[in-house]
Amino acid sequence: MSAQRYKWVGTRQNRPDGADKVTGRARFAADFNLPGELVGKVLRSPHAHANIRSIDTTAAARLPGVKAIVTGADFPEQPDQLLPAGEMQVNLRDVTRNIMAKEKALYEGHAVAAVAATTAAVAAEALSLIKVDYEILPHVIDVREAMKDNAPVLHAHMRTEGVKPAPDKPSNIAKRLEFAKGDADAGFAQAEVVIEREFTTEPVHQGYIEPHAALASASEDGQVQLWTTTQGHFQVRGFCCRLLDLETAQLRVTPSEIGGGFGGKTVVYLEPLAIRLSQRAGRPVKMVMSREEVMRASGPTSGGHVKVKLGARKDGSIVAADVTVALQAGAFAGSPVGPSCMCSLACYDIDNIRVVGFDVVSNRPKVAAYRAPGAPISAWAVESVVDMLAQELGIDPIDLRLKNAAKQGTKTHYGASFGVIGLVETLEAAKNSPHYRAPVKPGHARGVAAGFWFNVGADSSAAAQVGEDGTVTIISGNPDIGGSRASLALMAAEELGIDYNKVRPIVADTASIGFNFVTGGSRVTFATGLAVINATRDAISQLKARAAKIWEVDVEGVVWEEGEARPSSTNVGKFEPLSLAKLAASASRTGGPINGHAQLNAQGAGPGFGVHIVDLKVDMDTGIVTIDRYTAVQDVGTAIHPSYVEGQLQGGAVQGIGWALNEEYIYDKQGRLQNPGFLDYRMPVASDLPMIETVLVEVPNPTHPYGVRGVGEVPIIPPMAAIGSAIARATGVRMLDLPMSPPRLSAAIDAATPAMAAE
Amino acid sequence: MMQAEYRAPTSVDEAVGLMAGSGGKGRVLAGGTDLLVQMRAGMQVPGLIVDVKRIAEMTSIVQQDGDWRIGAAVSGAEIHDHAGLRAAWPGVVEAINLIGSKQVQGRASAGGNLCNASPAADSVPALVAAGAVATVQGPNGRRAVPVEQIPAGPGRTSLAPGEIVVSLTLPARPKGSGDAYLRLIPRTEMDIAVVGCGVNLTLSGHNCVAARVALGAVAPTVLLVEAAAKALIGSTLDPASLEAAAAACRAACKPIDDKRGTIVYRTKIAGVLLKRAVAIAAQRAGKH
Ligand SMILES: Cc1cc2nc3c(=O)[nH]c(=O)nc-3n(C[C@H](O)[C@H](O)[C@H](O)COP(=O)(O)OP(=O)(O)OC[C@H]3O[C@@H](n4cnc5c(N)ncnc54)[C@H](O)[C@@H]3O)c2cc1C
Repeated sequence: MSAQRYKWVGTRQNRPDGADKVTGRARFAADFNLPGELVGKVLRSPHAHANIRSIDTTAAARLPGVKAIVTGADFPEQPDQLLPAGEMQVNLRDVTRNIMAKEKALYEGHAVAAVAATTAAVAAEALSLIKVDYEILPHVIDVREAMKDNAPVLHAHMRTEGVKPAPDKPSNIAKRLEFAKGDADAGFAQAEVVIEREFTTEPVHQGYIEPHAALASASEDGQVQLWTTTQGHFQVRGFCCRLLDLETAQLRVTPSEIGGGFGGKTVVYLEPLAIRLSQRAGRPVKMVMSREEVMRASGPTSGGHVKVKLGARKDGSIVAADVTVALQAGAFAGSPVGPSCMCSLACYDIDNIRVVGFDVVSNRPKVAAYRAPGAPISAWAVESVVDMLAQELGIDPIDLRLKNAAKQGTKTHYGASFGVIGLVETLEAAKNSPHYRAPVKPGHARGVAAGFWFNVGADSSAAAQVGEDGTVTIISGNPDIGGSRASLALMAAEELGIDYNKVRPIVADTASIGFNFVTGGSRVTFATGLAVINATRDAISQLKARAAKIWEVDVEGVVWEEGEARPSSTNVGKFEPLSLAKLAASASRTGGPINGHAQLNAQGAGPGFGVHIVDLKVDMDTGIVTIDRYTAVQDVGTAIHPSYVEGQLQGGAVQGIGWALNEEYIYDKQGRLQNPGFLDYRMPVASDLPMIETVLVEVPNPTHPYGVRGVGEVPIIPPMAAIGSAIARATGVRMLDLPMSPPRLSAAIDAATPAMAAE
Repeated sequence: MMQAEYRAPTSVDEAVGLMAGSGGKGRVLAGGTDLLVQMRAGMQVPGLIVDVKRIAEMTSIVQQDGDWRIGAAVSGAEIHDHAGLRAAWPGVVEAINLIGSKQVQGRASAGGNLCNASPAADSVPALVAAGAVATVQGPNGRRAVPVEQIPAGPGRTSLAPGEIVVSLTLPARPKGSGDAYLRLIPRTEMDIAVVGCGVNLTLSGHNCVAARVALGAVAPTVLLVEAAAKALIGSTLDPASLEAAAAACRAACKPIDDKRGTIVYRTKIAGVLLKRAVAIAAQRAGKH
């Protein structure tokens, strides 16, 4: 393992934010307060789909203590223009309508007005005094219903993109896309076994513990400060500036510690409202969502409908694949159907592939990113069918995957060819894991599935500031969700050759460091890590120059080793090494402060592959599934901080287990969400789970100095199919619809075994 | 939050007086694990809160002539720690201890669980199966009410204005008795019963000589299923009798389809839990 190659990289140090978090000192967004702040609250649509004829705020405005009221009219119209937001694309015309409805309410919970008042009670009363005249419209929740010709249309201007000839009628299908490699029909003609099934998934929420919250303070001179919980404060700045016509230099955004995001905090909800209310009221405005608002109004990931057809030869080689993915985008176009299509078959080297995708709007909250957006949905379907092939052909499911595994040079159906990847190594590690080698316990069954995610690079900035005593502050601009500060500090300590505890990493606000793309795409340790390494190297080159100056030698004659400047050879001369502390102390005499900087657009993110193994038991009378043992195996490139890499694998697996077994949005006939809280939106609790075992496979990414690959997203991809496959092997029933909740599984078992149903 | 007056009387008489004088705006506060949650959600807006945790009779557990009298406000944690009660009524104790988490157990009471009148309340089917009797005091004095008569519908009780539940009495029962409570939840903790089933049996040798069966979460109130008890009494708890009792449970169900379960599923599970709870109760009865 890497621990032997490096002094700090690969070791398990305390995280720099740990003490503050376990003592309660850490400040999350709702912990920020300013003198004279007002409470902001949002009025939300009780209807799934309605025209807004008028909004009358006069009575609310007259209530003593109400300082500002805003509606859709307070936000300027935006162009029909796509912008990247984390791993998703958003349209500004839609974003402004999502934060505050204009002509239509498009889902229950859609914001229609907001007030700022002196107390929460006054704000709540003001909301009740706002009169909205709605014309209720027929609504549609389900993705397949929304695709039908006679479905209620959400957006009269929407025409399906990617269809020829261009349609002249509005539709809820925003886009059709297609990927092809080889000739799928010819491939199926060669197949000896063909399996085809249709699968569905429900939308699932990221379930971050910390609800959205923001505090905005607008000054009379046009400057604005904002404190918020986000995965990307530069993105927040960008969105707010466009939505509110501000210049980026006027808006300073400070991210709080973040209580989870998982992709869901890459967009804005409260921030533009808090700023506008603060501008109108002339006082700071704080807004905090309730859990119910989080569930009703923030974006989960899509639910989907996926059709998979795989053709194989009797020896197990998969010769053709045909996949159709239809994903719910929520109320506005822009589901992760692209990545869903691309990831669907990326684990396999198949000659003949056709993948078609549809992006579909319906009367639900606009989806947001969630760990590996889209990939788990198509993988649930494809991996289930791969398992069925393994059963049909009598081949071990890992062996079947090994036979077809993508390798270096494999060309994917979306065009890219893989560089150095570790799927084969990961499958072999899974096969050799203690879990897979152990026999399956009586009454239990085992399932296996694989998953792929691209991982991304993108823009990062970082600085390394050498303090007067030689300790170093590492400044970057990515909110730390999974321990990234620790990983960045480890790489900086490794470069500098000084103790990890002499390096302190911080997350700076938008005015204190250059642009950083969101914490998303599993990019921070890779891309921002690269910026930190380069910034640290910049500082080191300055340190060497200072030593050269002191010694009066050429800078080429100085090397940096073990935290000190040393002469590169005896030819240079005999000098006592100069430690970082000594060079720092004399900095002002040798040329001034020593600060390293770097900014870059990181290319060459290393794709990640994971293989999960689950053993479980099914109570045949109740349909309750008990997970007995679970192992996540993944190519992690190099585990900079193994504990936090393991934490990512465990967390992803657990979220996947919830997705597989219980999580779903339940709507009534009026399109109103029935389970907007953690009691009835059933994420797993600790007692539902065994310790999630992990196996870290390290196939270094050659484009990164330490071989880093993103690790945070892959682990949510395999769990659903691994669990579904284990259930199929335990019960003889192949579940096609998520979640595999007790009532559904029980009904499926009863349908398959009529004798039990009669009991 | 809203304003409410808070009082913590030290006698039942005083508590009843406060409640009776509150003009219908008074609410009893036991552990508060329902009341405070409902107040925060704006579902309850009391003008007066009467905290009953300082009243000795309502916070003690007493054994008398084989009867067990549990103060209505005794917390789940105290009940858990009472070895004598646990040995005598393991089913009732396990039902109360299923409520919420460790933290909730430190506050939640059986009286609160009963008076909150949720059809899914965990302790109620076990109390009904046990034949528990509530001591109720109001402006017109005390009365004894079988537990199954307290809930009147979701969130409603049969208590008259000003009345409070003082204690719950578990009646003495013969040797060879055992009880059990099982609930089905989709997760292992922190969930609300999709179905709950309480069973209380007395065995003489292999014969079942007395039985009470109660179901939760399958109707607007917890149900005492006399037909299921009848199928068990006089039998040796053989498969045919168990199936007859399970069928009686299924027939008694009048559930709804909601976010917590379907009609089909709840009905099926009522039968499944009956059989499993009988097995546990019978095993416990055999040990006594
Ligand atoms: C996190 C959590 C998990 C939970 N899990 C469960 C669970 O698994 N199973 C379950 O059944 N419940 C559960 N509950 C609900 C609740 O904890 C129980 O119903 C509990 O028994 C209520 O008892 P309490 O003493 O807290 O009642 P309180 O909240 O004090 O009172 C409940 C209601 O009864 C009234 N009341 C209380 N005592 C009396 C009395 N002596 N006379 C007249 N009226 C009275 C109150 O005015 C109030 O309306 C859970 C609650 C929470 C917050």
